Amino acid sequence: MNSDKLIYLDNNATTPTDPRVVEAMLPYFTQHFGNAASRNHPFGWQAEKGVDTARQHIADLIEVDSREVIFTSGATEADNLAIKGVFEMYAQKGNHIITLKTEHKAVLDACKKVEKLGGEVTYLDVDREGMVDLKALEAAITDKTILVSIMFANNETGLIQPMKEIGEICARKGVLFMSDATQAVGKIPVNPKELGIHLMAFTGHKMYGPKGVGCLYVSRKNPRVKVTAQMDGGGHERGMRSGTLNVPGIVGFGEAARLAKLEMAEEAARLSKMRDRLESELMKIEEVYLNGSQAHRMPHVTNLSFKHVEGEGLMMTFNQNIGVSSGSACTSASLEPSYVLIALGLGDDLAHSSLRLSLGRFNTEEDIDAAIQQIGQGVQHMRDLSPIWEMYKEGIDLDAVEWSEH
Amino acid sequence: MAYSEKLLDHFKKPKNVGTLDKDSKAVGTGLVGAPECGDVMRLQIEVDEASNVIKDAKFKTFGCGSAIASSSLATEWLKGKTVDEALAIDNMAIVEELALPPVKIHCSVLAEDAIKSAIADYRKKNGIAEEA
Repeated sequence: MNSDKLIYLDNNATTPTDPRVVEAMLPYFTQHFGNAASRNHPFGWQAEKGVDTARQHIADLIEVDSREVIFTSGATEADNLAIKGVFEMYAQKGNHIITLKTEHKAVLDACKKVEKLGGEVTYLDVDREGMVDLKALEAAITDKTILVSIMFANNETGLIQPMKEIGEICARKGVLFMSDATQAVGKIPVNPKELGIHLMAFTGHKMYGPKGVGCLYVSRKNPRVKVTAQMDGGGHERGMRSGTLNVPGIVGFGEAARLAKLEMAEEAARLSKMRDRLESELMKIEEVYLNGSQAHRMPHVTNLSFKHVEGEGLMMTFNQNIGVSSGSACTSASLEPSYVLIALGLGDDLAHSSLRLSLGRFNTEEDIDAAIQQIGQGVQHMRDLSPIWEMYKEGIDLDAVEWSEH
Repeated sequence: MAYSEKLLDHFKKPKNVGTLDKDSKAVGTGLVGAPECGDVMRLQIEVDEASNVIKDAKFKTFGCGSAIASSSLATEWLKGKTVDEALAIDNMAIVEELALPPVKIHCSVLAEDAIKSAIADYRKKNGIAEEA
């Protein structure tokens, strides 16, 4: 491999921390190192001030009251706090939660835990694009339902769910609406109050902030929502999340939110143009399929299946230069292909053949040129090696072949 | 996960990629795996009838890097071996040579299966009884 520049097209996994964010964080390690809960000296006051400013930036980004922002260690913790915390807090009202089969594991596994604790969970199917069926959602709500948890934008395909419509159904039925908005916040306008979202999880490191800090938005008015703390301790964050605040992380998260609000519109337009070019060039290759929805999705993501090419092998052709993700089983510990793509109705073969390309703030047109060229070459290399590509080219019906199990 | 140099070399510059005439009596073809499982290997041998020596071997593989490297290595090892020697190739030898991580051992198993399947096909075509 000859290029010396590493190209990062896996921004849905994590984003690089913006240097401006790092700059804002640095004084909070050495200079303003105080504990934000130390109320009686300047060290504490300075730390608290940093946290307050950050909380305000985050609240401004999603247009909520800063008192509705509860800091956590990340979106996984926020998802857990929302789901388990609502399940415990609203046990009198019911024990039923509704979610989607395509949710992130943080939501699905928290729901599995709720089931173990005696709760009931409905995992709704999605359509071919990954979209929730609103009628099925409404029909699934019972008098025992306390929470609907539906992600804002899918991490693998970038598909955006009809949040407003879901919010209206939840309001009409009088159930809480929680959303894992990890992939959406900071990239597209997200306004939980307008959309009828009562709890919303997101994290710093998907929006050019640091890792290890996230938050849960918890509505304080209409309705006033409460969650039972999942961690016991000093009663920080209005009693919902104990633990000394990660002040430098929070300051970085806040700065990332401030920058996102300022630059979001321009950045989304730039990235979607680059994404569209990448996607349309790659789709000029024979037998390449788009996964998800072209009409309702995040501006920076594309998920493509390269038929008769295995995803991990394909990545190996260029992964010394370009970082992307695949839904192939070979990239997961479970040896199962992406459950998200399977839920969309893709065959296992197409799921094994998928690549997720997610662009970010620091990508350039040159990156896209290199990706188009190297991925294209990789597909060619893999197809030259692929017996099923050869069979397909000979007109053999692959579905009619009796494959041996292994 | 970092792969060994040998594995990367077989992946990037695979040996013996191609197709032999599957209708020829001297050629045995093994096709193992399934697209749904994420790997399919087709391995072919061409046997010299008089000496029982494998004079050529070709493969095509749909799969991850380890599967491709395993089959490339297998074809290298097959050439020049008698059919009986080829049958003795053990998947663990492939694991060792390529330093396959545990999660990729099934790729070597698939390569061994492909060898055995190609030999079985050759023997069937030529009316040679399978050894018990």
